Amino acid sequence: MLATTFLQDPNFLRILYIVAFALFIYGLSGLTGPRTAVRGNRIAAVGMAIAVIATLLDRGEGNWALIVIGVALGTAVGVPAARRVHMTAMPQMVALFNGVGGGAVFLIAWAEFRNTGGYRLEPTYVAVFSLFAAITGSVSFWGSNIAFGKLQEILPGRPITLGRAQQLVNGAIAAAAVACAVAIVAGSHSQLIFVLMLIAAAVLGNLVVLPIGGADMPVVISLLNAFTGLSAAATGVALNNPALIVAGMIVGASGSILTNLMAVAMNRSIPAIIAGGFGGGGVVVGATGAGEHVGTVRSTTAADVAVQLAYARQVVIVPGYGMAVAQAQHAVRELAKALEARGVQVSYAIHPVAGRMPGHMNVLLAEADVPYEQLREMDDINPEFARTDVALVIGANDVTNPAAKTNPGSPIYGMPILDVEDAHSVVVIKRSMNPGFAGIDNELYTRPNTAMLFGDAKSAVSALTAELADI
Amino acid sequence: MLLTNLTILVLAGFVGFAVISKVPNTLHTPLMSGTNAIHGIVLLGGLLVIGLAGNGAFNKVILVIAIAFGTINVVGGFLVTDRMLEMFKRKPEPPPAEDE
Repeated sequence: MLATTFLQDPNFLRILYIVAFALFIYGLSGLTGPRTAVRGNRIAAVGMAIAVIATLLDRGEGNWALIVIGVALGTAVGVPAARRVHMTAMPQMVALFNGVGGGAVFLIAWAEFRNTGGYRLEPTYVAVFSLFAAITGSVSFWGSNIAFGKLQEILPGRPITLGRAQQLVNGAIAAAAVACAVAIVAGSHSQLIFVLMLIAAAVLGNLVVLPIGGADMPVVISLLNAFTGLSAAATGVALNNPALIVAGMIVGASGSILTNLMAVAMNRSIPAIIAGGFGGGGVVVGATGAGEHVGTVRSTTAADVAVQLAYARQVVIVPGYGMAVAQAQHAVRELAKALEARGVQVSYAIHPVAGRMPGHMNVLLAEADVPYEQLREMDDINPEFARTDVALVIGANDVTNPAAKTNPGSPIYGMPILDVEDAHSVVVIKRSMNPGFAGIDNELYTRPNTAMLFGDAKSAVSALTAELADI
Repeated sequence: MLLTNLTILVLAGFVGFAVISKVPNTLHTPLMSGTNAIHGIVLLGGLLVIGLAGNGAFNKVILVIAIAFGTINVVGGFLVTDRMLEMFKRKPEPPPAEDE
């Protein structure tokens, strides 16, 4: 008996929560390098286990059956999904996991509202934080689901907008959600108002993400991640649970940092991205003047490129979303190995927004066993292009477009790019001359030192490796 | 209670910024999925609320769903992050790093 009382002592439980969040922070600080990262993630997982155990100890009475059902269901779905997902599908996986987190938040807030009869006896702050959690959780759930649908190509990747009315409608719906919340805080105990608030937040989540084009996904996923984190922190304040507060705030901070980094890497403001519409062309494209850069495009063959590569001293590979789509990462690694065997120095230039989520290219290349040290960040590799014999661009487009530096009329003007054009010779592997997500002509393709190797990334790279073997 | 919680909230925000700022771009995807797993901690909220007296049938249903969602988030998130990070770790040990 004594042991049981001790275990359920609120102070003991609080200590367990403190241990748990200390482990989260310690674990995450391991993510600063690849060698400590695995351990860091596991330490954070241990922290989570401790937090869950502490919560289970906390309760006097039963409902164990329901808890077991919930946990079993979640495990049955989560474990196989995490084990089977392909690395190329990682952005949608992250979107999905983020969404269920947001879903859990708004469901919990709803249950709490019902259980307390509309916060009848609760202090005002509990209502405020719980309602904040409900709104952000619902936005995050629906927004993440739309992001998942777009990334999984269930929904069209192009922006779906309401045109000019978009921001007005979004604003009105957000105001409606907040108005419902205010009514509840002011003393309404009506569940109808709560449900209306959830619905408004759900519509808002849909409307905010639908207009986002594929290439803006890294920003949106990061932002939704921050939302879910903040909603978890708010739940923690409402339920008076320090582990939830700390964990939620850390995720909120992480999501905000990433959102900001992505936006900076595109030279666009976060509101402008959320306002949407950029990713599909339309108005913006006209600004560049379609025929402005009619130059001659030089097409080349795998055999020619293979010779070039074989006698190069330094080759820099520039991967983009095209590599992910073609699942070409293993083929790329094979090519790099063949080059290294010939004494060519190979590295990879990774633009922060290449792909569909922060760090997307790095994960794919790591899957293909590319050594961590060969993955170079933009600022680090840019000065080296001038010393590079061949820059091999695989499925990347806008992040290599010199117009970002030279053409003030271009919609991507000011966006930091990889200085690919500085290399002695540039080879671009591309399926066709179709422009990138922004519908902008890439001046790089008409430069005299650029040659185009048309084809699917995977087959083109494999062809290069094959040709290389014959030299 | 509110003030204690707000103190924790603000401090945790700053700690989060300090810790996460040091994560290199290369590890941003595992960072996202790892922090994703951590916000699955809302699972605790589900466990706490389902433990309250006076939950009706409807509440029980939505709380079981919430617990299932939270579990997917936690378990799936940590597993997938582990898988990813293993890929970064394996293969040749980096040469004794020249400090940047």
